[in-house]
Amino acid sequence: MAEKQMTPEEIVQFFKDEFKEDILDSRIEKRTQGIKKAEFTHIWMRLNSTVFKKAAKKLTKLDQYTHFAVASGYDMGDNIDLVYHFSIYHGARHKEISLNFIASLPKSNPVIDTITDIFPGAIISEQEKQEMLGVKIKGIPNDSRVFISDDFPKNVYPWRRDETGPQKMIRNLHKGAKK
Amino acid sequence: MKRQSTKTTYQLPIGPIHPALKEPVMFEFEIDGEKIIDANVRLGHVHRGIEWAGTQRNPIQILYLAERICGICSYCHPMAFALAVERVANIEVPERAQYLRVIQGELERICSHILWAGVAAHEIGFDSVLYLTWQMREEALDLTEYLTGNRITKGITMIGGIRRDITTDMHPKIKETLGYFKDNFEKLHHIFLDDKTFKLRSQNCGVLAKEDALKLCAVGPTARASGVKKDVRLDQGYFAYGDLDFDYVTPDVLTGEVHGDVYDRIIVRLLEVKQSIDLIEQCIQHMPEGPIVAEPKIAKLLATLKKANGEGIGRMEAPRGEVIHYVKLTGQDAPYHWKVRAPTYNNILPWIPMLKGQQIADIPIVAASTDPCMSCTNRVAVVHKNERHMLDKEMLHRMSVEKTRRLMK
Repeated sequence: MAEKQMTPEEIVQFFKDEFKEDILDSRIEKRTQGIKKAEFTHIWMRLNSTVFKKAAKKLTKLDQYTHFAVASGYDMGDNIDLVYHFSIYHGARHKEISLNFIASLPKSNPVIDTITDIFPGAIISEQEKQEMLGVKIKGIPNDSRVFISDDFPKNVYPWRRDETGPQKMIRNLHKGAKK
Repeated sequence: MKRQSTKTTYQLPIGPIHPALKEPVMFEFEIDGEKIIDANVRLGHVHRGIEWAGTQRNPIQILYLAERICGICSYCHPMAFALAVERVANIEVPERAQYLRVIQGELERICSHILWAGVAAHEIGFDSVLYLTWQMREEALDLTEYLTGNRITKGITMIGGIRRDITTDMHPKIKETLGYFKDNFEKLHHIFLDDKTFKLRSQNCGVLAKEDALKLCAVGPTARASGVKKDVRLDQGYFAYGDLDFDYVTPDVLTGEVHGDVYDRIIVRLLEVKQSIDLIEQCIQHMPEGPIVAEPKIAKLLATLKKANGEGIGRMEAPRGEVIHYVKLTGQDAPYHWKVRAPTYNNILPWIPMLKGQQIADIPIVAASTDPCMSCTNRVAVVHKNERHMLDKEMLHRMSVEKTRRLMK
């Protein structure tokens, strides 16, 4: 949709120039399809959570209509990693590039800025990350629960792997009733 | 129901159980007379923790779990998962398997869109059309059964390929069924797009502006009907779509205009059925020879997957829009993380602009027009002056049918 489209390498360079050492790691994954081997690209970029929002905003400079698909997230022990899946340049054949931004948040203070002011469609994803991983999305317009019911215990986060995880609540039916 | 009722408006909670939805979801409407002023959506009534369950299983077991995420997209979810895993483990899928994957994907699209057409007709009171479309769907299901051995939960996905081949002796049956669809396509086209009452109920109803579709990250036919050219099959491609000749389906292809209303969403889905028939024919014509899986020995495949380390995404254009799966493997039996994003996840928010300004009788058809993938039961509660009245499925359906009858006069 943008007039001039960047190549995957140029996109990575664009972010590196802009955010310097805040880009911690990047990887360009190229794959092919079919007999004609048409190529497509997935870009993976690990960045500092402090510049995350600015980087998301920069995406809209590349393509005004950057699409936000969803955010994934997982517990890495000391950190919680969030992976935001974007795509740019849709609307022309084989031109779309997927971008996956990974931000690591320390468990002691798992806070990240909301991107709903840039991508209003991101709200359900952000609410889900809050309730599933116990991260705090700063500035989220509606921080109520979305998938978990209101009577689910507070301070239990289903995707955590530590003591705040769901382990105590699991009932393995195949092991029979213990009580 | 936190808001207080005012003198002029009242609240209408719809759901968690509702006739237009195949699965529970909760709407809170602010109503003035018959008109919807505001809408709010609540989800999660059928959250089953499948993603968490996936982290307790190995990738091949997950294929069968992923199949049970959705009854209609029972092919897209395991396939998107397989795509993600193949990318992490660097598994090259044989070319023949890529073509076979397209055929099954497009057949699922035909089943889904025709099923949807029937539901849409039912919502506005055309039950004879429901019978007609579901009779057609039966043919598609018969073909699915012939090709996969199953009608709904197909069980044909395998990491690195597909589990069943399509041999030349199967071609006549495929041609026969596709021929049946082509013969009946004009009939469907005429019923849905030329009928005066259909037009009255669907044109300028549930409008989603292009800008809103883009901002709210809408996907699939919902986005395309608003003029957004977005289709993973074309934008990026996967399987063998890169080899095939087809183009974006937006309503202007047929009418030269985009309105983003329910009528446009009908156009897009109908034209996509035609496109799917064409894609299946192209695949059968150009299908290369070769194996259908990269690694036929499951134990060996599992050993390879156990060594894999990294993360990947699988994106697929399901009938309702983009399905995206994220998988992180860390050299264990089970994936470290698995995230599933079904298209309805993104098509929920666009409901709000679609429903604002519509009448209560339009709720079923507008909600159904995005083809939400959530199950169906039947009651609606109306809270009016702090009194609760129940509107059951029949009542709400009758209101919708009555509106159609009024328009026909």
